Amino acid sequence: MKIMVCPLNGPRPVSEFAYGGEVRNPPDADTCSDAEWSAYVFNRSGSPGVKYEWWCHIASGFWFIALRDTTRDAVIATYPAEAARNTLEPPGRAP
Amino acid sequence: MMHRLEPHPQEWIDRATVINFIFEGRPCRGFGGDTISSALAATLPYLGRSFKYHRPRGILSFANHDSNTLFQVDGVPNVRGDVTLLREGMRVAAINTFGGLEGDKARILDRFARFLPVGFYYKAFHSKRLFPRWERMFRVITGLGAVTLGAERRLTPKRYGFCDVLVIGGGPSGLAAALEAAAAGAHVGLVDEAFRLGGSGADGEYESLRALTDAVSRSPRITVFAATVAAGYYADHWVALAEPTRMTKMRAKAVVFATGAIEQPAVFRNNDLPGVLLASGARRLLRRYRIAPGRRVVMVAANLEAYSVCLDLHAQGVQVAAIVELRRPPFDHSEAARGCAKAGITIIPGSAPYEAIAGADGAVAALAIAPLDASGGIQPAKPRRIDCDAVLMSVGWAAATQLYQQAGGSTRFSEELQQFIPEEVQPQGIFAAGRMNGVYDFEARVADGKRAGSQAAAHAGFGAPSNAPIARGPRCPSHRFPIIDHPLAKNFVDFDEDLQVKDLTNAAQEGFDSSELLKRYSTVGMGPSQGKHSNMNALRILARVRGSTIEQLGLTTSRPMYHPVPLKLLAGRSFNIERRTPIDGEHRALGAVWMPAGNWRRPEYYAVSGETRAESIEAEVRAVRTGVGLIDVGTLGKIEIHGPQAGLFLDRVYAGKYSDMKVGSTRYGLMLDEAGVIIDDGVIARLTAETFYFTTTTGGSATVFRELLRLNALWGLDCALVNVTGHRAAFNFAGPLCRDILQSLTDADLGESAFPFLGVRSARVAGVDVRLMRVGFVGELGYEIHVPAGGACAVWQALHQAGLPRGLRAFGVEAQRVLRLEKGHLIVGQDTDGLTDPFEANARWAVNLNKPYFVGQRSLKILAKRGPRQKLVGFEIPDPKRLPKESHLVIEKGEIAGRVTSVVHSRTLNKTIGLAMLAPRLAEVGGEIRIRADHGEMLAARVAATPFYDPQNLRQRAGVGA
Repeated sequence: MKIMVCPLNGPRPVSEFAYGGEVRNPPDADTCSDAEWSAYVFNRSGSPGVKYEWWCHIASGFWFIALRDTTRDAVIATYPAEAARNTLEPPGRAP
Repeated sequence: MMHRLEPHPQEWIDRATVINFIFEGRPCRGFGGDTISSALAATLPYLGRSFKYHRPRGILSFANHDSNTLFQVDGVPNVRGDVTLLREGMRVAAINTFGGLEGDKARILDRFARFLPVGFYYKAFHSKRLFPRWERMFRVITGLGAVTLGAERRLTPKRYGFCDVLVIGGGPSGLAAALEAAAAGAHVGLVDEAFRLGGSGADGEYESLRALTDAVSRSPRITVFAATVAAGYYADHWVALAEPTRMTKMRAKAVVFATGAIEQPAVFRNNDLPGVLLASGARRLLRRYRIAPGRRVVMVAANLEAYSVCLDLHAQGVQVAAIVELRRPPFDHSEAARGCAKAGITIIPGSAPYEAIAGADGAVAALAIAPLDASGGIQPAKPRRIDCDAVLMSVGWAAATQLYQQAGGSTRFSEELQQFIPEEVQPQGIFAAGRMNGVYDFEARVADGKRAGSQAAAHAGFGAPSNAPIARGPRCPSHRFPIIDHPLAKNFVDFDEDLQVKDLTNAAQEGFDSSELLKRYSTVGMGPSQGKHSNMNALRILARVRGSTIEQLGLTTSRPMYHPVPLKLLAGRSFNIERRTPIDGEHRALGAVWMPAGNWRRPEYYAVSGETRAESIEAEVRAVRTGVGLIDVGTLGKIEIHGPQAGLFLDRVYAGKYSDMKVGSTRYGLMLDEAGVIIDDGVIARLTAETFYFTTTTGGSATVFRELLRLNALWGLDCALVNVTGHRAAFNFAGPLCRDILQSLTDADLGESAFPFLGVRSARVAGVDVRLMRVGFVGELGYEIHVPAGGACAVWQALHQAGLPRGLRAFGVEAQRVLRLEKGHLIVGQDTDGLTDPFEANARWAVNLNKPYFVGQRSLKILAKRGPRQKLVGFEIPDPKRLPKESHLVIEKGEIAGRVTSVVHSRTLNKTIGLAMLAPRLAEVGGEIRIRADHGEMLAARVAATPFYDPQNLRQRAGVGA
């Protein structure tokens, strides 16, 4: 079983983590076409390579981002989700 | 004939202990420390029958690789005789025989070998009509040991192990690696499949080896796993260690693969006769169990080890009739070779065995040899016969790279060494050492082990890595083609699967000419030994057919398990989570009949003596409708959210609006995913300006909470979530009488104006601080009472006792299903599926599309334009005897037009009611639909408005009607 290094809890077996999908930038909900929005909602890239992914350490409920090379099955780096926040905003958020 | 020699101080047996056992009804004996194979080898001319042709077979490797030394022992099939210690009274039998080892009726198959060509099954059994008959026949005649269906169940434990450096293989290089890593400060696990450490070194240099094993046993940082197979390598240095009675899942920071090399047979006619065995196996038998392979031995030689073994035998008084040397001079003129010459042993260079000849007892009685020409072809014109009772083969090795490959290590074929060796660049934390690494001489192996041990320790954070080079010796330990053709074949490559040279040649010529295809078509390497003694020779044959190099062909993929592992070790114990609410004991006392709900167990209903299941459920429903009922809803997910932006957070994750809620009120919430599909629902209560308390479905609680945490991490709003699912119990106390009864247990004002429908209040009930929510899932006046887990029993008991005199019944999930369906309330995941949006589920009222943003909003805007593809509607069947089932289909003009999602028979309404997903054109109230029930029966139903019961919601709002 793989080991994943949680930024909060250190190295733990991967069975303690849940995968949260690839980190993806949604298109601007106000200006994008319906087709663009549908593509964002339903399409995922299955191509191998280096991926930015959401992972959660289940026991502590801590979410973080893992940089993972799926061709080598190797976790390159993990860091807290705050680092991703500047680039990832939900569309049309108020505050 | 094998026989036992006089005692030796280093032997592994205890001659003072005599062990009696039974082999196929016949009393036999061995010594303490004997394995089944060693005891039988000294007793019987042969030990088993081969898989396909049922030829008599003796020991080949004595290395736990042979399929012919598997036995049925005390009802347990396929016990590995080479490594299973003899026990007093053991009942042993050969496997895969029809009528016992000697009289095996299937031995006739040997005569029909030419009718059983490679790919026999594929070629012979095309007829579909006859296939069942053939299948029955082959199920009988194939297979190895017999499974005892009535065998007792043996549970074996699993455990987790941790070490800095795991060394696999306890031979000279493994021992040196373990010592070096431990000296650097690392905690080391040292694994070997034999009972004792030493590996092949245990059969050679006693004194040098003992220095190593003694040092290992003295080292406080080395844990030895003897008689343990490193069965599989998994990601990040996780190695499955199959011990005799348990599985250890060992996590290491670095792994040294000192897995050694596996001796390979020479391939010539009748090379499988009992008495023909590998030289290393003969040496193991001799050194450990003091069993000589015969009285007059011929050695088939192509490397240095052959001479060393001959000297060993000679020193023990075993006559070596000749050394048949495949190579032509000059070859390694080492000390051992010179010693053999000096001892008077005849060396016949440039020759090869042409065939082995069987004696009356079926075992080998002579070897016919012939000269090889310059190109390595045999010249069989005048074979020379050498009488003997044992033939030893010492012609080459295959590196045991299986685990190393599993760990991601890549190999290349070294023409100089004639074996696969690890590439220069190895994966992180993976280190090869010893013969597997192409290093053969004792001192060189120790040095190579030290290097690997030091590098592994450094990788794990201990000391500096050695930069010593890998010193692969100049001598070649393996012959490049130890395979001799014979017109009458029976020159076996794979002893497990009875494959001869021509089988592999034919397979390759039929087009199965890559190593993976050859394996699958011919089954080479697919027997119990997994090709440990056959893959290398098969590759050599394939390379000859293809005219390619072995490097070009490459090894087949190696997968766990390295050795066959008993299923009991893999199965072990199972661990199923079952959650119980704090008042589980109360349910039990009331006669609860359990059902699973998510991870929880919940009362389906409460059994009362004298009532049937249906009557009990009906009585529970009636109590709620006419009096009062009490249900445990503590399995709901329960979450608190605190902070100035808590309301904004809820506005974003639920489809409705919550930031404008008044303190002390509750509101239904529908949660969608980004596609606008309903994924959860619950009730949101505003406790203070900055605190909300809300529920999720039982099944969704863990995943919903996790997703909310993710969204909170993404958005970074000023709020925090706490999962209090396990901290709080919850009951629904419902029915026309419930307010009166609850009022008697609390000082809080439950009056309609003080605590209206959809309010939430803090109160003290039965001395416990609780949250009361006036909600109406079951459609009556009711309170959801959320209680700290520690006070749950007190509150439940107080409610129960106060209600009993007025007809209270505890009710279970079944009654609740009826009650909620009478109200037309949907259950997410039952009445909705992975495509259902709020428009389809008639839940548009719970969606506020005018908010700036919520999850699923953009998709809902698209869906609103498109219109629903299906509609969730109520239906009723007037005939009370007709009850379709959930998932029964609605049929219109022969086509599927919908499906039933929920259905019950309502006593309250005296009709069958349900919810169904229908094509929108059928969803008009009053419309007729037809449901196909069991056995194709068509039931007429009518689309009906929901709620079926109390459409004005008067009862739950004010409690009228009592």
